[in-house]
Amino acid sequence: MCLAVPGRVLEIEERDATRMAKVDFGGVVKEVCLEYVPEMQVGDYAIVHVGFALQRLDEESAKQTLELFENLGVLEEEFGDAWAKAARDAGAERPAGTTPPQGPAQDADEEGRP
Amino acid sequence: MKYLDEFSDPVLARRLFDEIRALTTQPWSLMEVCGGQTHSIIRHGIDQLLPDEIQLIHGPGCPVCVTPLETIDKALEIASRPEVVFCSFGDMLRVPGSGRDLFKVKSEGGDVRVVYSPLDALRIAQDNPDRQVVFFGIGFETTAPPNAMTVYQAKKLGIGNFSLLVSHVRVPPAIDAIMNSPDCRVQAFLAAGHVCTVMGTAEYPELAERHKVPIVVTGFEPLDILEGIRRAVRQLEAGRHVVENAYPRAVQPEGSPAARAMLADVFEVTDRAWRGIGMIPRSGWRLSPRYRDYDAEHRFSVTDIDTQESTVCRSGEVLQGLIKPHECAAFGKQCTPRNPLGATMVSSEGACAAYYLYRRLQVPTTQEASSVG
Repeated sequence: MCLAVPGRVLEIEERDATRMAKVDFGGVVKEVCLEYVPEMQVGDYAIVHVGFALQRLDEESAKQTLELFENLGVLEEEFGDAWAKAARDAGAERPAGTTPPQGPAQDADEEGRP
Repeated sequence: MKYLDEFSDPVLARRLFDEIRALTTQPWSLMEVCGGQTHSIIRHGIDQLLPDEIQLIHGPGCPVCVTPLETIDKALEIASRPEVVFCSFGDMLRVPGSGRDLFKVKSEGGDVRVVYSPLDALRIAQDNPDRQVVFFGIGFETTAPPNAMTVYQAKKLGIGNFSLLVSHVRVPPAIDAIMNSPDCRVQAFLAAGHVCTVMGTAEYPELAERHKVPIVVTGFEPLDILEGIRRAVRQLEAGRHVVENAYPRAVQPEGSPAARAMLADVFEVTDRAWRGIGMIPRSGWRLSPRYRDYDAEHRFSVTDIDTQESTVCRSGEVLQGLIKPHECAAFGKQCTPRNPLGATMVSSEGACAAYYLYRRLQVPTTQEASSVG
């Protein structure tokens, strides 16, 4: 969870007086708070950590980093099914009441996919 | 150089390795502070491709690993309460407390939920006004601003059933503590790039000057790490000790002013215990008095925690760079990712997990063994 993942801003809206965006991380789309990087615009890339954009990043750097993180398994850790992983590690069944997250296919915005 | 073809730009990687080799005239020990850097170094075999004189020491920069056992036990106690929805990042689920972990609490009926962002936990609080929603706020300077913003939002929106179990830590005091240790053998630091994305570089020149130690702000990609090593070695060979930014595409000298302003509003600096290392003065944050109502420790009065640390786990020495993971007798035997004794084996950013995952099970070299403090 320490690593911040680059993503591309798809759309921006105000919610509860807070600037929020939909951000695409190589196919997975998440809600992200833009309050710390108020200059972000649609199409920009940002370094995002636990749902908050922390710094703008150029497109080439963002794409290289995303590719690396995918190879390292970081994206799976960040956006994958934590309960399934914990159950695997424990050699146990996943606890009741934990449901798999929606996959990228349901989560992604068609227009925003790279 | 069997790993070289795995680099995104093998030609540039070879050039950097060659430059580092040409620069190096004597042994040097460099600490990479961040667990993400450790992961990348081991995954790409950077430590094995460097000249024998360059020793990389893995630092304490994994937030999951350094969260104190007492805090984990407090989390487990709060998460067990029937009125509580306990929200956490996924990598905390299998971190062992004194007797169990969050996964076990969930299996026993506790309402533990994994969230991607602290704002997700705040939304759960809005949607469940009759429950107490607690978010496990761990992490370094990169994670603290999102958690600060979430508490700020909770107060602004009048959401009274949300609170934060806070265990935030700060990197510069940890660097200071490592350099002050009589066992210290670190001669240069690769500082954690994303921490500096928020905090900038202003805290480092004083440390570099006082300890006569080069500090190079470094990213996570293999080429970033090689460039950080090249700059650190160049300084060491020249007898210099200044702060350099080798990650300028993400790190501005001033960091993120908006994030730092929010940190200053919501948190205040405090002494903080690090798992396996112990108390480091002024190395953490807690909620400032204005936000005390959102402090889960205060709200749930979790006291009288009786912690029981593993007697064989040597993760504290791993976190301080005093031993390599495979030098612990339990590594790969009693201690595996399935049955971790310490957090360094749980978190993928932990040095023990990285060594286990990439099968670094060989015994230490003569040079490593002789240089262990």
